Amino acid sequence: MELIIKNGAVYDPVNGINGDKTDISIKDGKIVDKVSGKATVIDAGGRLVMAGGVDAHSHIAGAKVNVGRIMRPEDTRSGIKPRTKITRPYTGYTVPNVYAMGYRYAQMGYTTVFEAAQAIMKARHTHEELEEIPIIDKGALTLFGSNWPTMDFVREKDMDKLAAYVAWGLLASRGFGVKCVNPGGGEMWGFGKNVSGLDDVVPNFDVTPKEIIVSLMKANEMLGLPHSVHLHCNNLGKPGNYKTTLASMELANQVKASKDRQVLHVTHLTFNSWGGTNWGDFESKADEVANYLNNNSNVTGDMGQLIWGSATTMTADGPVQYANAKLLHAKWGNGDVELEDASGVVPIFYVKQISIHAIMWAIGLELALLTKDPYKMLLTTDHPNGGPFVNYPEVIALLMSNKKRQEEIKTLHEAVHKRTMIPGIERELDFSEIAIMTRAGTAKVLGLLDTKGNLGIGADADISIYDIKPDQIDPTVEHSKIKSAFSSAAYAIKDGQVVVKDGQITSTPQGRTYWVDAYVPEQDTSEMMKDIVKKFKNYYSMQLANYMVQDEYVTHAQVIKAGAIPVEVN
Amino acid sequence: MTVITDALCPFCGCLCDDLTIVVDNNKITDVKKACKLGSAKIMGHHRIKAPMMRNDKNSEFREVSYDEAINEAAIILSNSKRPLLYGWASAVCEVHKKGILLAEELGAIIDNTATVCHAPSTLAVHEKGLPSATLGQIKNRADVIVFWGSNPVHAHPRHMGRYSVFSKGLFTEKGRKARKVIVVDVRKTETANMADEYVQVQQGSDYLVVSALRAILSGHADVVPDTVGGVSKEQLIKIVEVLKTAKFVSIFFGMGLTQSKSMYKNIDNAISLTTELNSFTKCVITPMRGHYNVTGFGQVCSWETGFATAVDFARGAPYYNPGETAANDVLLRKETDAAMIIAGDAGAHFPADSVRHLARIPVVQIDPYWNPTTEVANVVIPVAICGVEVAGTAYRMDGVSLRMRKMVEPMHPPDTEILEKITERVRELRGE
Repeated sequence: MELIIKNGAVYDPVNGINGDKTDISIKDGKIVDKVSGKATVIDAGGRLVMAGGVDAHSHIAGAKVNVGRIMRPEDTRSGIKPRTKITRPYTGYTVPNVYAMGYRYAQMGYTTVFEAAQAIMKARHTHEELEEIPIIDKGALTLFGSNWPTMDFVREKDMDKLAAYVAWGLLASRGFGVKCVNPGGGEMWGFGKNVSGLDDVVPNFDVTPKEIIVSLMKANEMLGLPHSVHLHCNNLGKPGNYKTTLASMELANQVKASKDRQVLHVTHLTFNSWGGTNWGDFESKADEVANYLNNNSNVTGDMGQLIWGSATTMTADGPVQYANAKLLHAKWGNGDVELEDASGVVPIFYVKQISIHAIMWAIGLELALLTKDPYKMLLTTDHPNGGPFVNYPEVIALLMSNKKRQEEIKTLHEAVHKRTMIPGIERELDFSEIAIMTRAGTAKVLGLLDTKGNLGIGADADISIYDIKPDQIDPTVEHSKIKSAFSSAAYAIKDGQVVVKDGQITSTPQGRTYWVDAYVPEQDTSEMMKDIVKKFKNYYSMQLANYMVQDEYVTHAQVIKAGAIPVEVN
Repeated sequence: MTVITDALCPFCGCLCDDLTIVVDNNKITDVKKACKLGSAKIMGHHRIKAPMMRNDKNSEFREVSYDEAINEAAIILSNSKRPLLYGWASAVCEVHKKGILLAEELGAIIDNTATVCHAPSTLAVHEKGLPSATLGQIKNRADVIVFWGSNPVHAHPRHMGRYSVFSKGLFTEKGRKARKVIVVDVRKTETANMADEYVQVQQGSDYLVVSALRAILSGHADVVPDTVGGVSKEQLIKIVEVLKTAKFVSIFFGMGLTQSKSMYKNIDNAISLTTELNSFTKCVITPMRGHYNVTGFGQVCSWETGFATAVDFARGAPYYNPGETAANDVLLRKETDAAMIIAGDAGAHFPADSVRHLARIPVVQIDPYWNPTTEVANVVIPVAICGVEVAGTAYRMDGVSLRMRKMVEPMHPPDTEILEKITERVRELRGE
C-alpha cells in the first residue's frame, strides 16, 4: 500500500522543515524516501501538513475515567451522535465513551495518546478500555509514588530492588512509564491525611516525598526507560505550591539522564504554579516556573490549560479531590487502591468571572508563552481536569494570537490584570512551535521520537493535513480559522491509512498499545519478588497469580525494550 | 487429574480468586476453599442439554440444532419493534461487549440484573458520587465495619473472612479483636448476631435513621427525637461516636437499603453520611454486589455507551432514563414486543406483571441452566458456563477486574459465539 502527499506546506521541526512544499511518501505504514508511480496521490493543495498529534498526558481510559462516566450521566448526554455504518455512537464531553475518545482525537489529527495514570492493580481495566478505543496508538503510565514496595525499597535504599520492582510493575500493568502522583500522599490518604511538602515523613514507611521522587528517577534511569519520571507534584491545588514545584524540579539535578531527554517531566503545571497564601491573595507564579525551565535543561512540563465550562477532575491525588469536593459542594468519587495509591473524581465548572479560574486560565498560557523552548512545555489540558481534549484547537489559537487573548481577557474577572502577567505578554507562537508542543516535543519527552512526532524517513506514517494555507493566513488575526481547521482535520492518516477526511471518520483500524519491557538481572527480580510474595500473602486482597495483566488484554502490543544500566549520580 | 490453583469463583460479587479446583477427565471432582454457594455452582447442576424451541408456550419444547435456534432468535429480534436484551450478570465482560453491539444494531434496550438490585445505587452515585476503596484497603485499615441491609453470612459467605470483619492486614493485625462491627437491619440476621452493635430499624425507616445520624454528626443532636425509625436516640449518638472516633470506617450496604422504601434516596443519604464522616475520619462505602459480574456489566456498558445500565438504542444513539428505559419499565408498560434473556433470570426475579408480559411475547433465552425464565421462553440456547468452562473478565464488587479461568472443556458453545452468530444473522435478515 503506497501513498504520496503532494504540495503540502510541511511543518516538521525535527527535520528542519518549516512550511516548505515537500512531498511525503508512504509505504506499508511508514514514511519512506520514495514510492512508485502506482501510489495513491493526496494533493494537499498548499495546506498545512504535520505529523500526527501526540498527547503525553490525558485521562482516556481506566477505573477513574469510568467512575467519571458513571457519576456523570449529565456529561454523557452531551455530545451524543448515533452510530453510522462506520462509527459506533459517540457520547460525552468531559468523559466520552471509548469510541468518541478515539474518533475525536483522530478528527483533530491526533494519532497517539497516553493515559496519564493507572494503578497496577487496576491496569487490566485500563487495558480493557484502551483495547476498545479505535484508531489511535496509546499506552498508559503506571503509578509508583505511594506503592508500599516502592516506599520499602526507598527506605532500605535498595536501588536494585526498586529498579526490579519498577520493571516488574511495568510488566504487570503493561505500562509505558513511571507516574508519580503526590508521592507519599496516596498512602497517607489511606487514613484521610496528606503530606504537606517534600520533606514530610510518611508514617509507618519512614520515607519522604523527596526520597521517593529521587529514587524513582534513579530507578527510571537505571532502567533506561524511554520516558522519564512523570511527576504530579505534592501540594497540587494549594496556593503557594509553586515553591514545592520548583523544589521538586531541582531534584532532577541529582540524577543524570540515560537518554537524550529530560530526567523529570512535571505535569499539568497550571495546577502547580500558584502563588499567594490563600484563595484571597492567590496569584500566578507561572513566570517563576517558566524561568526555572528556561535555565535548566533536565526538566520538561506540560500546560494543563484550563478551558471554560464543564470539566471533570480526576487524579490519583485522593486528598486534593476530597478538598475539591468539599470546597465545591460537588459529588465526590474516591477510589483508594490497596498498597498502591489513591484517586478521586470531582466535576467542576470553570467560570470566567471567578477570580481563581481566570487566574488559572492565565497561568496555563503564561507557562507556554514564557517558556522559551517549546520542547519544554507541551500542550495539554490534562484532559479532562483543565477541560476536555477537544479544546486543543482553542488553546492553539490562543497561543498563536495575542489579539484573541486580549479579546478574551476583556471578558474575565479583573484579577487577571492584577495577579497574572498574561495581559502584557505579546509572544505569538508560529506553526513550527505549535508542531513542537503537540508533536515533536511530546514524542521527544516520551522517548518516541524515532517513530512519532516527525515526518522523517522510517517514522510511522501518522500524518495530519489541516485546511489552512500557511502562506495565506495570518494566525494572529484569523484565529477563528485556525481553531476551526485544527478542530477538524482535512485528512488524518494513521499508519498510512486515511482515517479522517474532511473532518469525518472514514475508517477505524485498531491502534497499538505501547508498553515497556525493561530487563533487570534475574537475581534482582528474584530478591525483589520475595517481598512481593509477602505483600500478597499478608496484605493484598487478590492472589499474585491473578495480578498481572494477561496478554489477552493487549492484542496489538508495541513492546519497547529497555534494560538495567548503571546510574551515574551527579 | 489436573489441579487448578488460584481459580476464581463465578458466584457472588466477592469474586474470590484463591480456589483450588481438581479436574479429572474433564470433570470437576473437588472445589477447595470456596463457600457452599460457590462450590455448588462450580460442581454444576440442571444444565440445558441442547437448543430447544416451541411456538406455543403451553406446548413442550422440541430439540433443535444451534443453527436453527440462532436463526429463530435472529428472526424474533429483527422483527421486533421494541426488543429488550436483559440479564448479563452471570456472564463475563467479553459477552457484554457483544451484547451491546447487538443492542446497537437492533435499536434495542439493554439492561442488566442491577435493575432489581443495585441500580438505585447507581442513581445515588449520579447525585453524590461514590467515595469507595478496594477491599484490600478495607482489610488493611478498617477498624469499624458497618453492614447496612446486607447479610454476608448468607449472601457473601467469605466476605467477612477475606475482606472485612475477620481479615487481618498491616494496620489491622488483630483482625476481629480490634474491629467494631455495626449491623443495621430490620431483622436480627446471622450477621447481626455477630455484631458489636445491632441496630434494628423499622421496615422502611432507613432514610430517617441515616438522616438522624447525619444530624448528630453535624452537631444537631438537639433536633433528633427520642426514637427514630425504631432506634433510640441514645443508640444513634453512641454509633456516631464510634464512627467519628474510628481510624477507618467501611460501610457496606445491600438490597435492604436499595430495595426498601425510599430506594435510591437511602443510598444518596448514606453517601452523604460517608462524605461527611471524612471531616472526622476516613470513611468509604461499598455496595454488596450480588452476581459475580454484575459490576462488570455496569463497567462495560459505561465505557461503551457512557451509561451504566438501562440503555435504549431506539434512536441509534444511547439514551438513558431509568423509570422509562429500564427492563421493568418497558415490560410493565407492555412496550417490549420481544425479549432476549441472557445470563440472568427475569422469570424468577421480576415482578409478576413483568413476567406475565414476558409470557405473552416471544422470548429467547441464552443460559447454561434451566430456570423459571425457561418456562416463558420460545427459543432456548444453552451455552458454556462463564468462569468454569469459558475464560474471561469479571469485576469484583469494588471494581477490581480479574480474569476468570477456564476449568474444564465446555460441551456447549460460549455466549460470545452465539451472540456473534445472532448479530450476523440479524444483519443478513435486514439486508445489510
